Amino acid sequence: MRFHAQVVVRLKPGLLDPQGKAVEGSLPAMGWRNVSNVRVGKQIEFELEAPDERAAAAQVNDMAARLLSNPVIEVYAVELRTASAIPTDGA
Amino acid sequence: MSGRPRVGVITFPGSLDDRDAVRAVASMGGSGVRIWHRDRDLDGVDAVILPGGFSYGDYLRTGAIARFAPVMEEVRRFADRGGPVLGICNGFQILCEAGLLPGALIRNRQLRFVCRFVHVRVETSRSPITTGLVPGEVLPVPVKHGEGQFVAADEDLERVEQEGLVVLRYCGPDGTVDDRHNVNGSLGAIAGVRNEAGNVVGLMPHPEHAVDPDVGPTGGQPMLASFLSYALARV
Repeated sequence: MRFHAQVVVRLKPGLLDPQGKAVEGSLPAMGWRNVSNVRVGKQIEFELEAPDERAAAAQVNDMAARLLSNPVIEVYAVELRTASAIPTDGA
Repeated sequence: MSGRPRVGVITFPGSLDDRDAVRAVASMGGSGVRIWHRDRDLDGVDAVILPGGFSYGDYLRTGAIARFAPVMEEVRRFADRGGPVLGICNGFQILCEAGLLPGALIRNRQLRFVCRFVHVRVETSRSPITTGLVPGEVLPVPVKHGEGQFVAADEDLERVEQEGLVVLRYCGPDGTVDDRHNVNGSLGAIAGVRNEAGNVVGLMPHPEHAVDPDVGPTGGQPMLASFLSYALARV
């Protein structure tokens, strides 16, 4: 089966996020003065072939823990869908 | 120094300071051996340097991809056997990603690349680059990085501090450690750390750019001299 995976990587809650701070600092200049606690993370998407959803989830979690995120400073969340549900270009 | 230790300097795609490291090692009486990231052996060297630069374009996270380079398996084995390993700047980031050193390095607090001379204070003589140096000693060295802010989870930071794993802190010319001299906002103004065994060390400043009196301060000399004698003592 083909799966579409989305891994969202965030800086751990306790850690200072310099990027988030910079974004937060620039928002009031554009008139948005009611925003706080901005955090910048990253989203990684890919497709993979696996026998079933359990196997796919196990692999994606392993990938997220060992390469896509650094457990020292980051946390991650995984979302899996069967790829057929995703409209692809030229399909 | 009675011998000429052979120091392997690893070149990853995107390494910048590998040649300077080889030159600095030679100028301090060692012999620099160039090692390619695809190599699967370390050519029998006595010590290893992971140099500065932007390996793999700093993609994903600094050092995240380099840590999986073929040569890194051998570096890990070398480190596990007690071999001296020094990571400078990007090399420090790679060692943290590989789990060979505690903590991680993230974007500088001020969000700007910083390139200038700073002072660092020696915190322990129990590391391959501070053997023979006295805690409290201040050394002038350059930094040049965008992601040098040392961070760690609370419990890790506590362990690093309590077990004396901090090797260097950013400081003023007189050794004062305060926020003003903390060039990138690192926790505890930490500029360099070592592992528990004491043979692996990483730092953001560049000792290899500070050995030649013709081009500036020479705070890198005592660190590299220490590294070479540490390597020699094991031979």
